[in-house]
Amino acid sequence: MPDYESHDFDVIVIGAGGAGLRAAIEAKERGLRTALVCKSLLGKAHTVMAEGGAAAAMGNVWPEDNWKVHFRDTMRGGKMLNNWRMAQLHAQEAPDRIYELERWGALFDRTADGRILQRDFGGHRFARLAHVGDRTGLELIRTLQQRAVAVGIEVFMECKVLRLLKDAEGRVSAAVGYWRPSGEFVIFTAKAFVLATGSIGKSWQYTSNSWESTGDGHAMAAWVGADMIDMEFVQFHPTGMVWPLSVRGILVTEGVRGDGGVLRNSEGKRFMFDYIPPMFAAETADTEDEADRWYDDHINNRRPPELLPRDEVARSINSEVKGGRGSPHGGVFLDIASRRSAEYIRRRLPSMYHQFKELAGVDITAVPMEVGPTCHYAMGGIRVDADTEATTVPGLFAVGEVSGGMHGANRLGGNSLSDLLVFGRRAGVAASDFADGRGGAPTVGDSEVATVIAEAKAPLERDDGESPYDLQHDLQETMQNLVGIIRTESELTSALDELDKLEERCAAVAVSGPRTYNPGWNLATDLPAMLTVSRLVAKGAIVRRESRGGHTRDDYPSPDAELGTVNLVQRIRPDGEYTLDPEPLLEMPAELRALFEEESH
Amino acid sequence: MADVTMTVWRGDSSGGAFTDYVMPAVEGEVVLDVIHRIQAGPAPDLACRWNCKAGKCGSCSAEINGRPHLMCMTRVDELPPGEPIVVAPMRTFPILRDLVTDVSFNYTMARQVPPLAPRKADAPDGTFRMMQVDVERGQEFRKCIECFMCQDVCHVIRDHEENKARFAGPRLFIRYMELESHPLDTNDRRELLRQRMGLGMCNITKCCTEVCPEHIKITDNAIIPLKERVVDASYDPVAWLGRKILRRSKRPAAEVALDAPAFAAPTPADGAATPAASTGSRS
Repeated sequence: MPDYESHDFDVIVIGAGGAGLRAAIEAKERGLRTALVCKSLLGKAHTVMAEGGAAAAMGNVWPEDNWKVHFRDTMRGGKMLNNWRMAQLHAQEAPDRIYELERWGALFDRTADGRILQRDFGGHRFARLAHVGDRTGLELIRTLQQRAVAVGIEVFMECKVLRLLKDAEGRVSAAVGYWRPSGEFVIFTAKAFVLATGSIGKSWQYTSNSWESTGDGHAMAAWVGADMIDMEFVQFHPTGMVWPLSVRGILVTEGVRGDGGVLRNSEGKRFMFDYIPPMFAAETADTEDEADRWYDDHINNRRPPELLPRDEVARSINSEVKGGRGSPHGGVFLDIASRRSAEYIRRRLPSMYHQFKELAGVDITAVPMEVGPTCHYAMGGIRVDADTEATTVPGLFAVGEVSGGMHGANRLGGNSLSDLLVFGRRAGVAASDFADGRGGAPTVGDSEVATVIAEAKAPLERDDGESPYDLQHDLQETMQNLVGIIRTESELTSALDELDKLEERCAAVAVSGPRTYNPGWNLATDLPAMLTVSRLVAKGAIVRRESRGGHTRDDYPSPDAELGTVNLVQRIRPDGEYTLDPEPLLEMPAELRALFEEESH
Repeated sequence: MADVTMTVWRGDSSGGAFTDYVMPAVEGEVVLDVIHRIQAGPAPDLACRWNCKAGKCGSCSAEINGRPHLMCMTRVDELPPGEPIVVAPMRTFPILRDLVTDVSFNYTMARQVPPLAPRKADAPDGTFRMMQVDVERGQEFRKCIECFMCQDVCHVIRDHEENKARFAGPRLFIRYMELESHPLDTNDRRELLRQRMGLGMCNITKCCTEVCPEHIKITDNAIIPLKERVVDASYDPVAWLGRKILRRSKRPAAEVALDAPAFAAPTPADGAATPAASTGSRS
């Protein structure tokens, strides 16, 4: 008798954030035996942290908006490295996905005539984000969670997946994991697998991401040979909390700026006017008066520079702090108190109000917040086909943050929640079709399973060794200091050396206690994925010798025309060797290209 | 700064005890930070749940100095200085390990909620029109982060394992009220609430409202209005007459419950079996 339990389904979705839930709902509604496996309790995934809203060109506030404008904003925000077909599908289908949520019970904020209200966000030409105050992610995950329950999806909660296994034909056939409450091992076999495991941010010291964001899906896909794309692009959100230290990195929504908040340095200056890049000069206000008029009249005024895409704002804040014009705790000031009434702030930004009041003792209706960049989002990820989210490994699909391509070099705020919905549905369709067409029962090699289980147990069986917490701490410090928001070749190279050493230390990590709900052991089993993903990011960052989007090189401060025509594709070969190849971008059809040729708006 | 002493319950379903951890104090920390430092130091296997660390996911509920709180939103400097901080798991749910409890009861009850049944679309393009004032009522309940602290303090199920099979609890009552007040919903769950979800067992002590980290007025805005609606449905003579004239009577709860997805509809097992009652002793 093997010492594990087994379950068999048609479609297994790993990860229960917005993308995983939406994919599972689709597969289940198509009649497939569908299960959802997630590391935390259902409804706790990181989607719950999303604040500002979901971008969709519904045109409820500005009838001038349409999918072409949204598509253009997304591509320009991504510095044109995006998979254009994903950006197109996303812009076209996002409104339907939002209306669908409403039929499932979501209660979005309303316009005066009862439609879904939309808010302004960085990089979006029109107010485009469907939202519920500043807790849109909670609304989205709860709506999908309740829908998933209503359609009868089986959910395996608090179950960590360690590895994917392939059959003799190279198709993904099984996932090996363990129950966190009991520590018992479990095998899921299925005809199709959808990875929806979210982010990688926990490899950095200051991050808006939760403990779950250890890049499990990124690493598991790479380990079975999937193509990884543009891993060097990591978004540092411009506004994370900086004080007290214990909350450093926690997200402060871009909605603060969308609703009128401005950034100031220690001299009280709205410094973003000094950092308007040529690419966005034509559509960005160059005086405070024009910027302030824009909130009421988007047609005759240009946008405030505080609402430039996130990469621009994060870099600017970094420069101000480096230039000695930062706030007392090493950030800058985000001021909405002097610009909007206390009542307005509490209504529009209730959770920001409480977050600062309770965690920092700061009343954001009276004084400015202190904010600074925080590791937030991975633009890079598993390479997928735009229409189906199929990876380069048969039987494996990827959706949401774990996939790459949609957001290019930099993601616009609000495009993540809509990404989850649009491609979650598409992945559910394609995984169902694949499962329907796959003959025979998926097979799994017992010895491979045994190897995965033995590796996972090893830290518990070592009598002495290093604490996984120490290793995690050193990894976070390495990535923060050497592969952070501003990068240089020498630091990136020493990061790879450090990762080599960390990898050796990881093989000797020891943990005590039982397997039942043992966070030390759980962390030990997260570390291999964190190390693999960190290496992919560092390797991509070395080869991309330019500054573009979320990737800024001190030694190559400008974009490079040639690198602007390629995606960097990485693979891990069966012998463990990492390879990296630049590959030309997908070619955009002429009618879409034309949207960028009329450069003024 | 001085040290902080944290007295943490350690154990599993077979029992356990409080253990003291003395840690250096750090400015601005919350209780969860100290727990994390205990994990990274003296007790790497100390079990607790957490995710967002910003009061948005509701994972890190625990009883701090005898009262339920989110550990991530409880600042150490707001607790009595110089005294040990006592951290225990939520008492109403069976212990898994240390601060982690088996909260599956809440998910079981959630599966029995008949879902939203939306009315026909308002516009030819399939969209709805709802006024802000009409969605705000439901939005209050949808702020719920499912920390389950309202369930934890509810007298009906705290120390009354036997009631769990027939009592949805405050978390689910706000879900029912959200659906009852949802501008698009056409379902009627009142008989289900009365007959099977134990609404009548709540005696309005408002303990749930007091501990809600989202400041949802659970008792005033959900439970009391639900009780009124259920009473109206059962005893209102006008409604009774209306039903007679229209030849309609209230649907039995079992029938209403069938609007819940087939697999989730209440079964005899839901009525008979109580969730594993291994709460363990807390010395």
